[in-house]
Amino acid sequence: MADDVLTRHVSHEDDGRAVDRARMRRGLWMQRGGQASFNALSWAGFLFLWLPIFILIFYSFNDSRQLNEFRGFTLQWYQNIFDNVAGSNVQFSTGLMMQAFRNSLMVSLTATIIATIIGTMVALSLARGRFPGRRYIDSLLFLPVVIPEITQGVSLAMFFQLVFEFMRRVDGVAWNYGFTTIIIGHVAFNISYVAIVVRARLANMNPRLEEAAYDLGANGWQTFWRITFPQILPGVMAGALLAFTLSLDDYVVTFFNNGPGSTTLPIFVYGMLKTTVTPEINAISTLMLVLSAVIVVFSLVMQRNLMGHR
Amino acid sequence: MVAGLKRALRKHNAFILSLPALFWLLVFFITPLLLVLVLSFMSRDITGRGTLPFTFEQYERVFTTFRPVFVSSINIALISTVVCLLIGYPLAFYIKTRRSDAVRNLALFLVILPFWTNFLVRTYAWRVILGQSGPVNTTLLSLGLVDEPVIFLNTQFAVIVGMVYTFLPFMVLPIYASVERFDFRQVEAARDLGANDWHTFWRVVLPQTMPGVVAGCILVFIPAIGAFITPDLLGGRDGFMIGNLITRQYKGTGNVPLGAAASMVLMGAVMLSLLVYIRFTARQER
Repeated sequence: MADDVLTRHVSHEDDGRAVDRARMRRGLWMQRGGQASFNALSWAGFLFLWLPIFILIFYSFNDSRQLNEFRGFTLQWYQNIFDNVAGSNVQFSTGLMMQAFRNSLMVSLTATIIATIIGTMVALSLARGRFPGRRYIDSLLFLPVVIPEITQGVSLAMFFQLVFEFMRRVDGVAWNYGFTTIIIGHVAFNISYVAIVVRARLANMNPRLEEAAYDLGANGWQTFWRITFPQILPGVMAGALLAFTLSLDDYVVTFFNNGPGSTTLPIFVYGMLKTTVTPEINAISTLMLVLSAVIVVFSLVMQRNLMGHR
Repeated sequence: MVAGLKRALRKHNAFILSLPALFWLLVFFITPLLLVLVLSFMSRDITGRGTLPFTFEQYERVFTTFRPVFVSSINIALISTVVCLLIGYPLAFYIKTRRSDAVRNLALFLVILPFWTNFLVRTYAWRVILGQSGPVNTTLLSLGLVDEPVIFLNTQFAVIVGMVYTFLPFMVLPIYASVERFDFRQVEAARDLGANDWHTFWRVVLPQTMPGVVAGCILVFIPAIGAFITPDLLGGRDGFMIGNLITRQYKGTGNVPLGAAASMVLMGAVMLSLLVYIRFTARQER
């Protein structure tokens, strides 16, 4: 009787195992198939992200003014950029482009410095202070991130127009759009990005450390520079880097608020793209890609070093 | 008592630290927005600028004459968001499931780097790729799939491709963040309890990564609906969007109050989608 139960049980278990194994095998095949197609899909995704970059680099070495076909390898377009003569193309001028690039750097650096200081201050204030209206400032900070850039650009341009009109009537001074208006616009959206990044960093920081510093007799200034600042430095750097990139790449706000003589690189490049497409653009684009890749790698290394020292 | 005084001083200091940002945002952000709001209710004078009397005319025109522009903008933004999600979700999982840290970091780097390169240049690259004699058409022709070059450029299709391309990292990164928090043992648990792949995905994986999905969708939809450069470079007349409509009113001969009304409606649409998002996350937290 007992034997019977045992054998029946064993045989049943055996059966179950066989079924299990079959199911597992089928599952494994399905899983493998699924895995393969999943991997293929992901690779396609990466390809999609990188295809335009490869194409640009490829055509920047193409020995043909037309994009029809690949006629062989050339460095002609790079040569043209550095020689400041663009062959038959009148639209393009390296001198103008370099000027635009310098303008861009100036605008981005200034906007980044101002935004980083103001943004870090407001982040500290919101993270440490308990004052009425704190929540409103918090919401206010999120607005530039969510409101469409075009609305920001347009409204700021309208605002400046009104200010200029007012100044002309009152003072007789003819103000115009230029670097100041661009920088003001960039700072306006960058404050938020810096503040958000720094706040995220502050949230991970132990407030007890600051209290300990106060208890040990340090004043606010000392506490900030010796305790708080070194701890939030990676956040501040990350925020500044983000602000710099956003500012350097900005087209929309700049487009509405730039004036004569304050052409930035995106404005210049856009003008080129809208008029004639020349092989030099491919070469410039490739150089810009290399430059941003270098900046990214550099910032990653720097971040790692900063983290390492902590 | 001294400590109390210090603390009070610190609280006071804290507010002072907010002042520069408060000033900057109120003067150079909120005031301009209010100005545009007022402008959107004004009439157009001969030069195209705003003038009295106040009127609803601009909003009326936005919702009647320019309704197709808004409808197609919403369509393009929605389709781009969905396509981003379909590509981005598996991609985020792919990155997360890499075994070694180095490969995972490299994969993340590969997603982020294009995002750091100049936006205009990347969009322009699609002009080259999708052009009459670009690589896509060359391939299609040489494979004999088509007899003559397909016109991709200056269509809504080109705009969607450009948008998906530009905003894909915005979708991948938040999804990756929530996938990273996801405990893969739950998949095993679901399997052990007899769920098949489909069920495991719908009942276990998707609900837990939903915050990332929703955040990604918002991050793609908001810039997509207000986009100006992508439709301008790739869309032509067929891919004309709200951003182009607004820009046209301000630069050159236009109708400034109409542009103001259009940008207010655009802002309203964005705020509405954000409200939905906030509602959604609030419900999730409850």
